[in-house]
Amino acid sequence: MFDSIFQNLFNALQWGSFYSLIALGYTLVYGVLRLINFAHGDIFMVGAYIAFFLSIFFFKGDLALSGSTTLVLVIPLTMILTSICGVTLERIAYRPLRRKGANRLYVVITALMCGLILENGNLAFLGASRKSFPELIDKVVYQFGPISMTNLKIGVVLSSIIVFFILNAFITKTKIGMAMRAISYDKFAIPLMGIPIDTIIVVTFVLGSSLAGLAGILFAMSYPVLDPFMGALIGWKAFIAAVVGGIGDIKGAFVGGFLLGIVEIMAVAVFPSTFRDLIAFSILLMILVVKPTGLFGIAKSTKI
Amino acid sequence: MKKIFSSLCVVAVMFACVPMVFGQTIKIGFNIPLTGEIPKVGEESKYAGEMLLNEINGNGGLEVGGEKYMLEFVYEDNESKAESAVTAALKLIERDKVLAIVGPNSSKQAVPAGQVCNDNRTPMISPWSTNPDTTKDRPWVFRAAFLDPFQGPVATDFAIKTFNAKKAAVLYALANDYSKNLAEIFQADFNKKMGEGAVVAFETYGDKDQDFSAQLTKILAAKPDFIFLPNNYNEVALIVKQAHDLGWNGPFMGADAWGNSELMTLCGDDCKGHYFSTHYAAAGATGATKEFIDKYTKLYGYQPADVAALTWDAINVVLAGIQNAGKVTGNLRKDRKNLKNGISAITEVKGITGNMKFDEQGDPIKCAVVVKISDTGEFEFTESVCP
Repeated sequence: MFDSIFQNLFNALQWGSFYSLIALGYTLVYGVLRLINFAHGDIFMVGAYIAFFLSIFFFKGDLALSGSTTLVLVIPLTMILTSICGVTLERIAYRPLRRKGANRLYVVITALMCGLILENGNLAFLGASRKSFPELIDKVVYQFGPISMTNLKIGVVLSSIIVFFILNAFITKTKIGMAMRAISYDKFAIPLMGIPIDTIIVVTFVLGSSLAGLAGILFAMSYPVLDPFMGALIGWKAFIAAVVGGIGDIKGAFVGGFLLGIVEIMAVAVFPSTFRDLIAFSILLMILVVKPTGLFGIAKSTKI
Repeated sequence: MKKIFSSLCVVAVMFACVPMVFGQTIKIGFNIPLTGEIPKVGEESKYAGEMLLNEINGNGGLEVGGEKYMLEFVYEDNESKAESAVTAALKLIERDKVLAIVGPNSSKQAVPAGQVCNDNRTPMISPWSTNPDTTKDRPWVFRAAFLDPFQGPVATDFAIKTFNAKKAAVLYALANDYSKNLAEIFQADFNKKMGEGAVVAFETYGDKDQDFSAQLTKILAAKPDFIFLPNNYNEVALIVKQAHDLGWNGPFMGADAWGNSELMTLCGDDCKGHYFSTHYAAAGATGATKEFIDKYTKLYGYQPADVAALTWDAINVVLAGIQNAGKVTGNLRKDRKNLKNGISAITEVKGITGNMKFDEQGDPIKCAVVVKISDTGEFEFTESVCP
């Protein structure tokens, strides 16, 4: 039992990393636009598929690059292409509504629809058959006493932590980060100060979507069976993680993601696995009852 | 104007009469998962159907009571969901007015769809469903596969003999009737044979889960001799890989849902060397089975899995039932009833997955095989177990 606690903690860190990376995207967009981008889970799915096609192209195609070279190429390219996807959604779906001053509710529904369009578009064009992600790096299993880890899992945990600190520095230290925080503070006064609000929003979507793209690569490497609906459930759960952490706050999303991972894994470890979601979400519900704004959320003030 | 109208009328009447005058058709519906969780299963069922359809229609149709009837197959997608399988069954029964339904394949869809077909007095035959509830107390529902109460003990006996197993662990999908039922049968049987508590871990996971690390950690901590995985092939690929990541080197034993041509694409080297019980072994087949496999491989470019062979057999059972009924009256209700009695009256059908007779529940009495996944990724025959 004691042995497996450490193993499960590590499992939880790895699983929570995905929630964290996706939750960061939710929280960034919410922080700036007050928009819950429900298509975000599906942008994550698009990221995984882009990574899949790029890997096949570089790794299995005529170029036949080595696995590590492929990975080095695939990570930035996937992040760029996924952010193009995210920005496209913003341009064709959210911005027109925002221009017409639509109620935020309509934008949220639009986001839901965009997610469904991405899922079903993928289903229609690529077919229902699952894709198997190629093994880019040779898996090595390390045994530290009772805990077994793989190089990939360690990589996943490390990258999510590093990404958080980079993002945090970007938001707090740079001018654009300052502008993002400012918009979340008052989006009517900010344009008057000469800050191009649309550019800042695009940057926000670029950041959020490229994180989803990164999560997509890491996820596809860890769980190499891809299907068009893979993003739906994990997206929803990451959204819950962001809310529990205090949506709009990137620290909250980061911690919330890991918290959800730990709660889910530990619920299985301690109780019969049948009760996992029941117990996991009851705990999250209790947290929200005690602190309705989430762990780091502050009611109606500056967020992000 | 009147002339045009009357000539239109004539044309319309002619078209309406065409099926009656120029050959009669028999419509059979397919309720299969073309999208969703297990699309490959639906695809193989459909291809097997197309193959048989072309063969029979190419020979001028099916002979029933001295007359030739052309066959028409209607493929309806059930998205691998229980509720869609019910809708698909109703659509086939009411809109397409099919004589009989082949499918659904998984027990998850076959159990509810069987209820609908039984209530609507339409013969249904599930090629692949192994859960007893599919046909239980449903005179209109049949199947082409063996049952889980038979399959479970096959796995138990094989594991005890081959792995010398005294302790077993099970990981199964809670929301899947097939997986849950088979896991419970296995647990009861293994505990009976090796003493109470011999199943040291009995873990579940939910729909669409992709991470099984917590369950597997728990299973590995209980130190079983092997892990029994009565799961769909897509989940098997993930579970086996993750168990290896956590340091498991022991054997896995699977069930018939492993037997899909996509298993090796998704699972790769991780699945090699493990065993599962299934309906037929493609590698090393002989006679009619080999003929079927060769023809399918040539037409569609990959080796058919058990579900294709079972669909082929299921359609043949329906056709034998129609021939047994002796006539097609054109009155759908009567024909469906005749067909039901026709299938029940079948003495034996020589299928490519073995010969089949039906018991009073509409279940066939047939053998199971255990196959090993070889180093080249082929499913090799290991042993055959007959009831």
